[in-house]
Amino acid sequence: MYRYDEFDRDFVHARVAEFADQVDRRLSGRITEDQFRPLRLMNGVYLQLHAYMLRVAIPYGTLSSRQMRMLAHIARTYDKGYGHFTTRQNIQFNWPALSDIPAILADLASVEMHAIQTSGNCIRNVTADHFAGAAADEVADPRPYAEILRQWSSVHPEFSYLPRKFKIAVTGAVRDRAAIQVHDIGLHLKKDADGRLGFAVYVGGGQGRTPIIARKIRDFLPEEHLLSYTTAIMRVYNLHGRRDNKYKARIKILVHETGADEFARQVEAEWAALKDGQLTLPDADIRAIEAYFAPPPLVPRPEGDEAVKLARLDSRSFSEWLQQNVVTHRHPDYAAVTISLKGIGEAPGDATDEQMDAVADLAERYAFDEIRVSHEQNLILPHVARADLKAVYDELVRIGLATANSNLITDIIACPGLDYCALANARSIPVAQEISRRFAALDRQRDIGELKLKISGCINACGHHHVGHIGILGVEKKGAELYQITLGGSGDENTSIGEIIGRGFGPDEITDAIETIVETYLALRSAPSERFIDTYRRLGPQPFKEALYAGEVRAA
Amino acid sequence: MKVLTANRLIDGEAVWYAADGWQETIQGAEVVADKDGEARLEAIGAAAYAANQVLDVAVIDVVLADGVIVPTRLRERIRAAGPTNRNDLGKQARSHAASAAA
Repeated sequence: MYRYDEFDRDFVHARVAEFADQVDRRLSGRITEDQFRPLRLMNGVYLQLHAYMLRVAIPYGTLSSRQMRMLAHIARTYDKGYGHFTTRQNIQFNWPALSDIPAILADLASVEMHAIQTSGNCIRNVTADHFAGAAADEVADPRPYAEILRQWSSVHPEFSYLPRKFKIAVTGAVRDRAAIQVHDIGLHLKKDADGRLGFAVYVGGGQGRTPIIARKIRDFLPEEHLLSYTTAIMRVYNLHGRRDNKYKARIKILVHETGADEFARQVEAEWAALKDGQLTLPDADIRAIEAYFAPPPLVPRPEGDEAVKLARLDSRSFSEWLQQNVVTHRHPDYAAVTISLKGIGEAPGDATDEQMDAVADLAERYAFDEIRVSHEQNLILPHVARADLKAVYDELVRIGLATANSNLITDIIACPGLDYCALANARSIPVAQEISRRFAALDRQRDIGELKLKISGCINACGHHHVGHIGILGVEKKGAELYQITLGGSGDENTSIGEIIGRGFGPDEITDAIETIVETYLALRSAPSERFIDTYRRLGPQPFKEALYAGEVRAA
Repeated sequence: MKVLTANRLIDGEAVWYAADGWQETIQGAEVVADKDGEARLEAIGAAAYAANQVLDVAVIDVVLADGVIVPTRLRERIRAAGPTNRNDLGKQARSHAASAAA
């Protein structure tokens, strides 16, 4: 894992001291809310419906046990005993007092964490494949590059006041688990014909009120040019991005209005002036950062096969969990484990302080002290010996985190929605909970197969509904909640934006509507191996429209 | 009818304005039924904001149901009670705890 050097440590401690002083001046009335608001946002402090909210950065979703224990400590000491893991691989605390936030930030700094740039019109937490360093299909670990981008973008003077927020994601595999095509910049780490590392560069993707799929503006950017080329993109955006209209200020609008070819030309022109200058990454520097992410010593554990075989014979539930939540590791004796934060009927992404402590213990004991947060709001133990899987499973059962639903219909992404969020128009969590309960039976979920269901409580799309195979968008209509359904979205290497299927559904109707869609799919799929998204792409929306609205058409 | 609401500066707690000052529950808040009353609440809210006591000040619509103040919008009902998926959190937790203790 990356460890702070002296510069990082001094920088973060200086920021804690600075913000503590700002909070003190605010609480004593020496600065106004108008003056304070941009300062608190720069430090991840929002105001929501019930309280302040603190969003803590988890760079590329990677945590040590020590850091996870600190998150548990914060939940217990300053909050209400839980935290919410987000689609940006971060964590949010929903109830901190402003007066406690300096102490929280000091605690975070003690474990090399902070809340800087988790809000505001700057470059946000750089996300990465949650299986980075473990995935069997990976060309190289994307996290060293995410870390280089983090260092470069932290309080970057030129890019701290962008037209709008800016999100970067990096994947190291063809199979995209980081949703790079719905990011402002998406980087796909790959090798060229000569075996050199570099990136396919995607620009101008995003969700929100105007969902747009990113355009690839460069097929191969050699790794040493990462910062100069990214700077060129940022400069074109910073200069021409629409500062006149908040809703048109994201880079996706600029790329769309300019045209991807012309935008790429402008970037290349800007880059021509920067290329091979001081932003060129020396090979020694890249390799030095890479060394921080060196894989743990994965000693051979060949007894795993036999241990897993025996445990499966002994326990059907273990066997189901293994099939659903455990994925192949690049080392044959190891596996990557998804710890579902989507227990049936639970709020997606929430974990209690006790669960966080227990996951930290598990990681320390069985997983080389490493934990990941996925953008799908689950936790990952990336390196677990297959021989230890049963022990890990048993402990997850004990702490209530052994739900075997990874990638199934109850593995729902949901934003906090109107239960917490000041921007929301409708609730998300109760909708997720009801759908989860409706489809609780694991046999049924497994029969349905991979199905990505994502819920947002407003058009800002924090719940990624645009790229859900089934997306649900909550809106407010005539003072009541209404849920629009989109179908056919996908956030992987074949990214697509879901299409609105028809009129929306009330809170009492939405779960039935989802069930109708699922039953329609089950009746129409060509084989059990044809996933929902594949059936939708083959048949289009019509059969689903008919199933949902046929009665109305006949009545009309 | 309307009441005045905000979040308290120091801890973000949702508060409502009553005759004797800001309180943590909506019941007992001062309810106004005319433009003059509304203007008075707005002035009180603006003054409290200027005095750095509260933020996110708003005068919101409510109805009285058997003497109980019920906000018109779901958003405000959730602020007054707490998250609908966790009745152990927010204001509702207090009555919950109180009734559990009784």
